[in-house]
Amino acid sequence: MTINLTLLIVMGVMLAVGIYLLLERSLTRVLLGIILISNGVNLLLLQTAGRAGLAPLVTDGAEPEEYFDPLPQALLLTAIVIAFALVSFVLALIYRSWVLARQDEVTDDEEDRRVAAKPDYDPEEDAEVETETSEFIEDEQMTLKEGGEDRGDESR
Amino acid sequence: METNLVEFVPLAVLLPFFGAGFAFAFYRNQSVQKSITLGTLIITVILEIALLTEIWHTGAHAVHLAGWPAPFGISMVIDRFAALMLVVSSIITLAVLLYAVGQGAAEEKNDSGPVSIFYPTYLILVAGVSNAFLAGDLFNMYVGFEIFLTASYVLLTLGGGEQRIRAGVTYVVVSIISSMLFLITIGLIYAATGTVNLADLALRLSELEHGTQLMLHVLLLVAFGIKAAVFPLAFWLPDSYPTAPAPVTAVFAGLLTKVGIYAMIRTETLLFPGERINTALMIVAGLTMIVGILGALAQADIKRMLSFTLISHIGYLVFGLALSSIVGMSATIYYVAHHITIQTTLFLVTGLIERRSGSSNVDRLGGLAKISPVLAILFFIPAMNLAGIPPFSGFVGKLGMMQGGIAENTWITWTLVIASVVTSLLTLMAVARIWARGFWRKGEDAEEPDKLLLSKTLTHARAANKRLLPMNMVAPTAALVAMSVAFTVFAGPLMQFSRAAAYDMYERTPYLDAVLGEERVDGVRDELTEFTEDLLVDLDTGDAGVEDHAPVRTGLEPEDRENLEDTRHSTSGDEGEPVEGGGD
Repeated sequence: MTINLTLLIVMGVMLAVGIYLLLERSLTRVLLGIILISNGVNLLLLQTAGRAGLAPLVTDGAEPEEYFDPLPQALLLTAIVIAFALVSFVLALIYRSWVLARQDEVTDDEEDRRVAAKPDYDPEEDAEVETETSEFIEDEQMTLKEGGEDRGDESR
Repeated sequence: METNLVEFVPLAVLLPFFGAGFAFAFYRNQSVQKSITLGTLIITVILEIALLTEIWHTGAHAVHLAGWPAPFGISMVIDRFAALMLVVSSIITLAVLLYAVGQGAAEEKNDSGPVSIFYPTYLILVAGVSNAFLAGDLFNMYVGFEIFLTASYVLLTLGGGEQRIRAGVTYVVVSIISSMLFLITIGLIYAATGTVNLADLALRLSELEHGTQLMLHVLLLVAFGIKAAVFPLAFWLPDSYPTAPAPVTAVFAGLLTKVGIYAMIRTETLLFPGERINTALMIVAGLTMIVGILGALAQADIKRMLSFTLISHIGYLVFGLALSSIVGMSATIYYVAHHITIQTTLFLVTGLIERRSGSSNVDRLGGLAKISPVLAILFFIPAMNLAGIPPFSGFVGKLGMMQGGIAENTWITWTLVIASVVTSLLTLMAVARIWARGFWRKGEDAEEPDKLLLSKTLTHARAANKRLLPMNMVAPTAALVAMSVAFTVFAGPLMQFSRAAAYDMYERTPYLDAVLGEERVDGVRDELTEFTEDLLVDLDTGDAGVEDHAPVRTGLEPEDRENLEDTRHSTSGDEGEPVEGGGD
């Protein structure tokens, strides 16, 4: 299979720059990274067809090897359409994020921060257990006060 | 003229698409939209059940779209595994849709507004998932993935609140990267072999150089691993899933990661069979289980906790498929079906809990068992099922995997068996914590409980149930719980079915015959059959250890002992019946 060196290098640069941008915290740069990567991948798909040849229409006297492989282009077109849809969706997300939070950055997950900041010591699970752990004593006092309502609890 | 029912396979994808189109057209009229969506899904479920019954006996079948034969045209292939996944997924989506309709009806007053985008997008999600299950070539699978992923982006960010946008950004970016990886792999595979048809690839990939094969194999697994949320690639999941509305999270948790697993299973069986990277996969599986469940234990929010258990149970599936034996694979197939149901059910129940008590944080819950016993039962059954307590289906699936692991008998499989037992226990601990705090303890013990929980008397609380837990939300949940119980009741036939499916997948000839025609496969048929015979592990020791460990002779000994032994031979193993010393 023949590969076009220029296209190969362009693809490599696009992917490298794309990945670099993707690692940024700013959403717009992430988007630019996505665009670059998807175009890099499209170039890769294009190259899988090999060397350019005749149009894939039946021509008299042409050998099968002389034709150009059309399948990668079909795949490529589909991939372009999909990437276009995704990029516009991400753009909408970024805009919405800007409207809501006035910042163009990936924000922290608050619940994550909360769980991470939680001390190792959980009073409910790790506290010293009092000597009297039976619930029934308390329950008995309760039943005296409240009547039969807690009885259902005990029977379980 | 007799038309074969199986020729209607593409309808499983087309019907939801048409439904989505019509639902979009009626965006002004909620009730029309609702009935179109419901009708479409019901027809799809009926069609797929019919397909399953057909496939149950006949095996794989391929439909070549527009009559172009494989590998030139697009083929849709349905085999036993795909049929099972289709049926389970469409039943799940139908139940979740009913739940969502119920929720919509219940929350109409809250002025969240009717969202005309929900129903059509939901149908597109269903179509994409079915397409990924049925795809006969890699690129069509990629398109299927993109369809349901794009639909899932929309569903996840529904309403566009701050939380959801934040979660959506992470989810979308990570998914796009995994799709790009998938696309790169497709390009490389096409460059190496000149085809994207799965069946054709199955024959051609083995002719490639060893190093090239390994690279393509790992690339595919990484791309699918991100979607399936396998350990080092799973951190996007608990960040993004919990923010979505309950029905959306439920269907995501149940289906989307399983599509990733489905693709991984196809990669491992159809494209790159063999034991090349099994040890690596098992290490990943073990880490997924342990890290996932430890994450779950740290969480206080039920939705996040469940998201982490979802990750950890993906580990089981990877373990099962890494075993590369019929026993392991059949347990995996059974477990996938079981896990889709259970995880969806649990998220739906969490939605109910949130509605009833105004919070899904376990610290703020209490006394739910007393307030609503129905809710308690609905939570208890799937929770125990998730932890794998016998006799529930989770136990049957895990037992099958452990049997496979023990039969393999290497240090890594034993490590994995131990890891899976530990994970099982930790899962029990995680769900027991939800149970103990949310349901068991008294309502007064909760920290800053929502006022929904604090009714003056039990009668008041029960009266509020009617409003907060409407029948049309409880009923779909109950139906799913019933389905999960059915997995236990019909474990025998189901296990037999998944065994047949696993055998088909490793042997590969049914699939290849269906797609490529028998002539092309004939050259390699013997090789493939031989390969499968090697994977058959004989679990049955004949006497289940009775002779060694408990030689009992009684006066009631049946006379024809020989016959009895024979019948036992043919039944055990198929049903995953608990063999003594089975690993727990």
